[in-house]
Amino acid sequence: MADLRANQAEMLIDDAVLGAGRSRARTVGGAVALRVRRVVASTWLLAVLLLGWQLYATWRPSVFFPPLDEVMTRFREDWLSGPATRLFLSEQFFDAAVPSLGRLARGWGLAVVVGIACGVLMGRSRFIARAYSPTMRFWMAVPNAALLPIAVQIFGVRDSMNVFLIFVGAVGLIIVNTADGVAGVDEAWIRSAHSMQVPTSKLYLQVIIPAAMPAIMTGLRVSIGIGLILMIISELYATTSGLGYQVTLYQQQFRYIGMWSTFVLIAVIGLLLNGALGIVERRVLRWQRRSGLGAF
Amino acid sequence: MELRVEAVSKVYGSGADARQALAPTSLTLEENEFVSIVGPSGCGKSTLLMMMAGLLEPTSGTVWLDGEQITGPSRGLAVVFQDYSRSLFPWMTVGRNLSMATAATKLPKAVVAERVEHALTSVGLEGSASLYPWEMSGGMQQRVAIARALVVEPKVMLMDEPLAAVDAQTRADLEDLVLAVRKEYEVTVAFVTHDIDEAVYLGDRVVVLQANPGRIRAEVDVPLERPRDQVRTKIDPLFAQLRAEVFGMVMRPGSPGPGGAPRAHAPSGSPGR
Repeated sequence: MADLRANQAEMLIDDAVLGAGRSRARTVGGAVALRVRRVVASTWLLAVLLLGWQLYATWRPSVFFPPLDEVMTRFREDWLSGPATRLFLSEQFFDAAVPSLGRLARGWGLAVVVGIACGVLMGRSRFIARAYSPTMRFWMAVPNAALLPIAVQIFGVRDSMNVFLIFVGAVGLIIVNTADGVAGVDEAWIRSAHSMQVPTSKLYLQVIIPAAMPAIMTGLRVSIGIGLILMIISELYATTSGLGYQVTLYQQQFRYIGMWSTFVLIAVIGLLLNGALGIVERRVLRWQRRSGLGAF
Repeated sequence: MELRVEAVSKVYGSGADARQALAPTSLTLEENEFVSIVGPSGCGKSTLLMMMAGLLEPTSGTVWLDGEQITGPSRGLAVVFQDYSRSLFPWMTVGRNLSMATAATKLPKAVVAERVEHALTSVGLEGSASLYPWEMSGGMQQRVAIARALVVEPKVMLMDEPLAAVDAQTRADLEDLVLAVRKEYEVTVAFVTHDIDEAVYLGDRVVVLQANPGRIRAEVDVPLERPRDQVRTKIDPLFAQLRAEVFGMVMRPGSPGPGGAPRAHAPSGSPGR
């Protein structure tokens, strides 16, 4: 028993050294115990809050604030009642969530490409950076949601309006972070590449961008959060499909449980997107943590 | 292939802040020669090497590689930097790091793969192409850096304090490794170091630089027999005499130059570390 505890303590230290998520367990039992403990430590507050929600809503019934169990039942009916062949996703999911995610994918995807390209240029050229930096900061100081009426004016109530707004909100963050990262790339790596006469395209794609990846990933992570927010906001205002539209529709029909179940879906999507990006980040930046170059 | 440095100088800054790092300096590396460049810190030895590599533009003077003027990094020249962790790319495997060196050449993939494996074998790291640099010790990483220089089969290898960051025992191993690959690849070497023992042990000739401004103080021929051996060469009285002579010039810039009496009480060990 004492042995097992010592083992666990050792693994905790190991974990602290190696960064989370990669326990070098020597015994299976120790690994499971450790994992359980970590899950409990990170979820107890959420559990308490959800329980509080359930208790309060049952104690003080209100149409605006339904109990959690009713919301979750509706959540399953609304979104997860489909056949297994479609991953249990319901018809409604395909009608509401898929158009939203499509807009997010197009707007954010475009922002990633444009943002990284512009950011690299800004990071590499002091001239461009000097000219554009004030413009960028001004642009980013404007709350993007304020552009919504203008976007509607330009594009009308169409997908391109949502895509545009998501793009505009995400691209600035990606540009600024990429530019910072690229400007901070260790000169020694670039000199090393120069000495090998690495062609320009390879210099950018295989040296500068990977070296700036830690900062670029930060930009991607923050921007997808903003993208998600703008996706919902733009759909609340003027569309005929999407999750934001679904929320408005339920609200106008006084179907508050459905509204809450849509909120839950939006939250789940946000979590999944962040989780996916986190996995990509861990994979892409493995060298940084392992070579001791990054602070974790 | 000979590398000729002709009245090359370097001034950093301009106007009132201008600082001459290297006064006009001339130096010739004969084909297959191993030249050690040694000097106190601030003597411009790295500056000289970077200009030879075409990575730094001289303020005046020219560098010629086999009759052709060097204006930038050129094929036939490979550089090994001091800090392997900042010169190898940690996001690439060792194999990819090595094949990056051939990115400028239009070599077929099979040839590159063969050369990568050969270079790794030459530095004693056969079969480690799939490892990442951070999975290796410092000494192994510097071996990778040397292998990366060899992949392009250079005529001249310029090494900027390549062993300054590894521990003493690894250092001795790597010194012998440098001599071995130099022989195998028949490459001309300019080897910058601040370690006098190392300079004498490795070189056919030791170029001693002096600081403020950087300039060549003397060139000392090293007629020690080859192959050199960490034990046998270093107990040779000639080795002791040569290192004392170089030591005197590096540490006491005012004392008599070459031909002057070697200092009897030169402390042992490598100074300036």
